[in-house]
Amino acid sequence: MTDQSPVTRAGNATGVPQVGAVAVENFSFWYGAKQALFDISLNLVPREVTALIGPSGCGKSTFLRSINRMHDLLPGTRSTGRILLDGEDVLDRRLDVVQLRQRIGMVFQRSNPFPKSIYDNVAWGPRLNRRPSRSELDEIVEQALRRAALWDEVKDRLRTSALGLSGGQQQRLCIARALANEPEVLLLDEPASALDPIATQRIEELLWELKKELTIVIVTHNLQQAGRVSDRTAFFYLGQLIEYGPTDQLFTAPREERTEAYITGRFG
Amino acid sequence: MIALTVLAALLATLPLVLILGLLLKQGASSLNWAFFTAMPKPVGESGGGMANALAGTMMLIAIASAIGLPVGIGAGMYLAEHRGGRLASVVRFLSDVLNGLPSIVVGIFAWQFLVRPVKHFSALAGGIALAVMMIPLVARATEEMIRLVPNSLREAALALGYPRWRTSLTVVLRTALPGIVTGALVAVARIAGETAPLLFTAFGNQFWSTSLTQPISALPLQIFSYAISPYEEWHSLAWAGALVLLALVLVISLIARFVTRSRFGHGHD
Repeated sequence: MTDQSPVTRAGNATGVPQVGAVAVENFSFWYGAKQALFDISLNLVPREVTALIGPSGCGKSTFLRSINRMHDLLPGTRSTGRILLDGEDVLDRRLDVVQLRQRIGMVFQRSNPFPKSIYDNVAWGPRLNRRPSRSELDEIVEQALRRAALWDEVKDRLRTSALGLSGGQQQRLCIARALANEPEVLLLDEPASALDPIATQRIEELLWELKKELTIVIVTHNLQQAGRVSDRTAFFYLGQLIEYGPTDQLFTAPREERTEAYITGRFG
Repeated sequence: MIALTVLAALLATLPLVLILGLLLKQGASSLNWAFFTAMPKPVGESGGGMANALAGTMMLIAIASAIGLPVGIGAGMYLAEHRGGRLASVVRFLSDVLNGLPSIVVGIFAWQFLVRPVKHFSALAGGIALAVMMIPLVARATEEMIRLVPNSLREAALALGYPRWRTSLTVVLRTALPGIVTGALVAVARIAGETAPLLFTAFGNQFWSTSLTQPISALPLQIFSYAISPYEEWHSLAWAGALVLLALVLVISLIARFVTRSRFGHGHD
């Protein structure tokens, strides 16, 4: 934890209680008979960005989607091990998955706003989960849009269709929509892979801001991006966690030969 | 080759054009305000209309929709959300079979179970027979439309903490709604002109009736009985009735088109 940036420390000073710690213990995962993840153990640290990297099909997205149990929908999946969110096992069938997903927000590869107004998109989660009054809801929507660095661009057209926004704006809207639930953890599955460089940069800057308050996990194919945004990096290969450590160290002095081969572009 | 396909395309639309022309020629002269407002006159008296048949058709459509739409849409939602399941494939196959079932068979079925036990024909039996024809059409249309809803929208709602049933209702069903409405209208247009299922269920009625438990008239039934009668005046009324029926179906189809258009009108994709 010695590599924490000044920004991170400033975030801690706000006095937000330390929540959003995710501890993964011996987690394995199967799609039917095919094992996709093998005995993964790692700790995701609050107020840090953790990047998951690795070649396609290495299990990094599967791992990400296990944290908020998005796999529940797929028949025939099973898992062993534990994923603890603030000490609670998220894989416990008795745990309310609806509540869990409010605590763990998710942003997908392709922006997926509902075909509704900008306002309704952001209000979607709070409307169900907290039943706020109209003025409270206005406040929540504005805060979420501000945190997603989108407020100034959309404040005059909150009631217009979200589908009229640009790709980058749509993705930030999806981030705002997740933030409106006040999550502790934010999972991002290649959030910038469909965006142009400028829109990508805005998302990356946004993550720097958001990590003051959240645990952030980002899957990315883009190694430069992992280097820019993350404090820690986990390298997955063929369903195994090969190496996990501070991003600087993993990129400059990897312990594993396979990590070095991957980051120097010899495969993947 | 192209010329042949163009010819085939023209031949495919030719019957509709010819039918429309024939109906206009034979039926337009008998079509007046009285046709819509007056009751049938006894043989020998000129004039008269089909007000009872029009009302009957509306009522039968209402009964069929009240039963067929909820069941069909619900079944379609089930098929779409459990596409791989064994029950789903059985239901899908059976509904395709039901869809291909000759309508006279549906009529006999309704007669056996809804008319014979109570010993008289009824509007309700006719409406249910039509609902049976509607259900597979609506179910398959609903399934197709729900499948078109991108999975990413479903995931977005679930990831925000929406329970599965609520995701189905608020995101999936609402996004698919214009398509489902179109499917429902097509099904209504299809049953509006059905005659066979009504022959021994609704049966027909020369008098005004809106009772669920009494025989009721319907446009196709009235057309049928007038067309096979030996009276010239009834023949021309039958032509007019056929024209109205065709117009009704055309209007419903046009509304369905309009609803579909507005679905693709907004948004980007």
